[in-house]
Amino acid sequence: MQFSLFSSPHLHQKNGVSQLMFQVILALLPGIAAYSWYFGYGVLINIALAVTTALASEALMLRARGQPLGLFLTDGSAVVTAVLLALCLPPLAPWWVPVIGAAFALIFAKHLYGGLGYNPFNPAMVGYVLLLISFPKEMTAWLPARELATHTVGLQESLELVFTGATAVQGMTIDALSGATPLDYAKTQLGLGQPMAEIRVQPLFGIVGGQGWEWINAGFLLGGLWLLYKRVISWHIPLAMLGSLLILALCFQWLNPAGYPSALFHLVSGGVLLGAFFIATDPVTAAATPRGRLFYGAGVGCLTYIIRTWGGYPDGVAFAVLLMNMTVPLIDYYTPPRVFGHNRH
Amino acid sequence: MKTRRLWSFSGGLKLPGHKNPSTPMPIVQAALPKRLVLPLQQHIGEAAEPMVSIGDQVLKGQVIATAQGYLSAPVHASSSGQVVALENRPIPHPSGLSAPCIVIETDGKDAWGERHPVENYRQIDPSHLRNLIRQAGIVGLGGAGFPTFIKLNPGPQPKVKTLILNGAECEPYITCDEALMRERAEEIIQGAAIMAHALNAYHCLIGIEDDKPEACTVLAAAAAEGIEVVPIPTRYPAGGEKQLIKVLTGQEVPSNGLPIDIGVVCHNVGTAAAVYRAIHRGEPLLSRIMTVAGKAVAHPGNLEVLLGTPIRHLLAQQGANIQSIDRLIMGGPMMGFTLHDDGAPVIKTTNCLLAGLHEDTRQPPAMPCIRCGACVEACPVGLLPQQLYWHARAKELDKTQDYHLFDCIECGCCAYVCPSHIPLVQYYRYAKSEIWTQEQEREKADLARQRHEFRQQRLAREQQQKAARQRARKAPVTPSASKAEKQAAIQAAVERSQAKRAAQKTAEDEPFSSP
Ligand code: SF4
Ligand code: SF4
Repeated sequence: MQFSLFSSPHLHQKNGVSQLMFQVILALLPGIAAYSWYFGYGVLINIALAVTTALASEALMLRARGQPLGLFLTDGSAVVTAVLLALCLPPLAPWWVPVIGAAFALIFAKHLYGGLGYNPFNPAMVGYVLLLISFPKEMTAWLPARELATHTVGLQESLELVFTGATAVQGMTIDALSGATPLDYAKTQLGLGQPMAEIRVQPLFGIVGGQGWEWINAGFLLGGLWLLYKRVISWHIPLAMLGSLLILALCFQWLNPAGYPSALFHLVSGGVLLGAFFIATDPVTAAATPRGRLFYGAGVGCLTYIIRTWGGYPDGVAFAVLLMNMTVPLIDYYTPPRVFGHNRH
Repeated sequence: MKTRRLWSFSGGLKLPGHKNPSTPMPIVQAALPKRLVLPLQQHIGEAAEPMVSIGDQVLKGQVIATAQGYLSAPVHASSSGQVVALENRPIPHPSGLSAPCIVIETDGKDAWGERHPVENYRQIDPSHLRNLIRQAGIVGLGGAGFPTFIKLNPGPQPKVKTLILNGAECEPYITCDEALMRERAEEIIQGAAIMAHALNAYHCLIGIEDDKPEACTVLAAAAAEGIEVVPIPTRYPAGGEKQLIKVLTGQEVPSNGLPIDIGVVCHNVGTAAAVYRAIHRGEPLLSRIMTVAGKAVAHPGNLEVLLGTPIRHLLAQQGANIQSIDRLIMGGPMMGFTLHDDGAPVIKTTNCLLAGLHEDTRQPPAMPCIRCGACVEACPVGLLPQQLYWHARAKELDKTQDYHLFDCIECGCCAYVCPSHIPLVQYYRYAKSEIWTQEQEREKADLARQRHEFRQQRLAREQQQKAARQRARKAPVTPSASKAEKQAAIQAAVERSQAKRAAQKTAEDEPFSSP
């Protein structure tokens, strides 16, 4: 009897790209749940709009590039990009904000570079930065968290606000509802010379960080730890990123406690945990060698702190990630593992 | 069993073992087949040269093909009978090609030829001992098939400190070494003692993965003075020679070097048992223990099989459902290769036969590399499999060598973990063979150029001689003298250019993977 020839290894791990992406989405759920609990339906509407747009753009580009639709559309990477982007947007942002962001992320930041695996920049962050620069007003209008809201917005109202900019019944606009984020507020007030201790007593702030943001970040932390446990991500990037940010924050806080927010505040008041476990760990755009990942993560952490403290934007995670994306080829080149039987050089 | 300090290697995998079905099975003697097919090449090196012709009667243990050159091994008749064919037959080789084999029709008597057991090997000179092992046709039974006597030669200045016996058997499904260690511990220990004597080795370590506690206990109980049984953590590829040496001694075999460079020699436990039989009983290597397992096999187990037994015969004996076999693998599922034809025989390096795997073996479609780095973490050699893949795919062969392509042991860890299901190892094999082909072509071109130059030189010399003869005949006149001068000038120029080329060639011939 004759048999076909195959090349070894004959065994393969079950986990494919789509399973990895699915696990990432699963890990985002606690954070998403907390986020929508504190900020209402807008969060979910953002996700729905971004995911739909992302899948449509992906399908369009795959067709245009003559790639197999079924294989790539189901790999889950477009969904992950869309969800991550949506989680960076202000809840109840006008509908075209997530749509433009997701379409730009998928079409320009992903497919024009060659699609899955070939994009040098994190697509979600490219989409986010495009929105931030193009539509600063829409991108900084945040709802207050549940505890602070004078008025809770229902599903019907949320949809009206997102798609028309106002509610028919109450005549309420997004502008009227929204305000600054804790990071934003702290930065502005510190700029005005107010000491941190006084800023912190504002209702915008909770026990350790921004009101509500503490729990949202706890959700992301939980998901992130689960990803680590499942070995979907390696520990190098989160550890290096959080570690470097903490060290910088501790140093400056120690030097001048009134002028700089605490390390813990940094950790739970913005996108740092989401960034450390879900954004900076994006395999395609992060460094790939174990040592390189330490440098990469540390770079993101330091840049985040620098931009937050002295830069023009309240949160620096997106810029830090994009800047470090640029250095990845260099990092990978200079950090190969030591080859067995070769001396260190 | 003393506890001993162990080291670890980076990377590696915890693989599903699939050893349960065949682990408890005692070694069973496979039935004598009607015909034995003995390939002339069952080892690394030159193929053996046939010593018999069709129609010859042979006895069990009789040499039927002799070693050709130093790096080679003889082939013996594994049972008595008549030589019925000397022809190309399918052999177990990744290429799926056929190769010359001696076919013996067995007579069922299994009659032995002469045997010359050694009374006391300690009284024998190591070089004589090596010669006996050489004549017994013993090669590494772990899978590589390197002639054993060469690895038992410590060289002019004895520098071997440690003899290591490899009982790690880290690939899934394979249990033949485990069965051997359990049932023939005495033979392994005696074999180890002979090897240590031949090498003048200081001590001997037997490394066994700790998922084989029974083998460890039995072997430790049998162990003699100076032989130590060491359980090591179960992690693929702990049975790789260099990885095992690292785990046991903490030393790394240099990239381009051999274990002997760090004072270590490593042999498989099965090889040690074969050495014992060759010396104590005067039996050449005629059979080996192997595992037959896989999804399609009704009765998986460990068999003692005569070399040359057709695989078809074994499959039938173990109740394999031939129709349900999607792939027939010789060796383990990680590094083994598939067979094209079940008429191929068992050879000296056959440690396992897998008829189908319990997992889904269909290769899912390959996706683009997502740079997840899983392959980097899994590689036990510390390579960047993903970079190697990029460069191999782009045919940037120089770059693949910069990334240490030739350090890759093709263990398959990277391809196993790759979520994009990229057949990474295939790309490395491709790149390696491309580089070898290029090397060969360059050598051929060099040879052709040399021949051309020799010819040119000869013609010039003949011209010169002719001119000289003419000059001798005629009275010296100016024009012809000037002609001779011209010839001399040409000759000098040719010589200059040759010297230059020769210098260039030595520069080019530097080893291509110099660090
Ligand atoms: S495991 Fe596969 S997908 Fe991941 S980096 Fe390696 S080659 Fe790329
Ligand atoms: S096959 Fe080669 S590159 Fe892949 S893990 Fe093994 S040694 Fe590393």
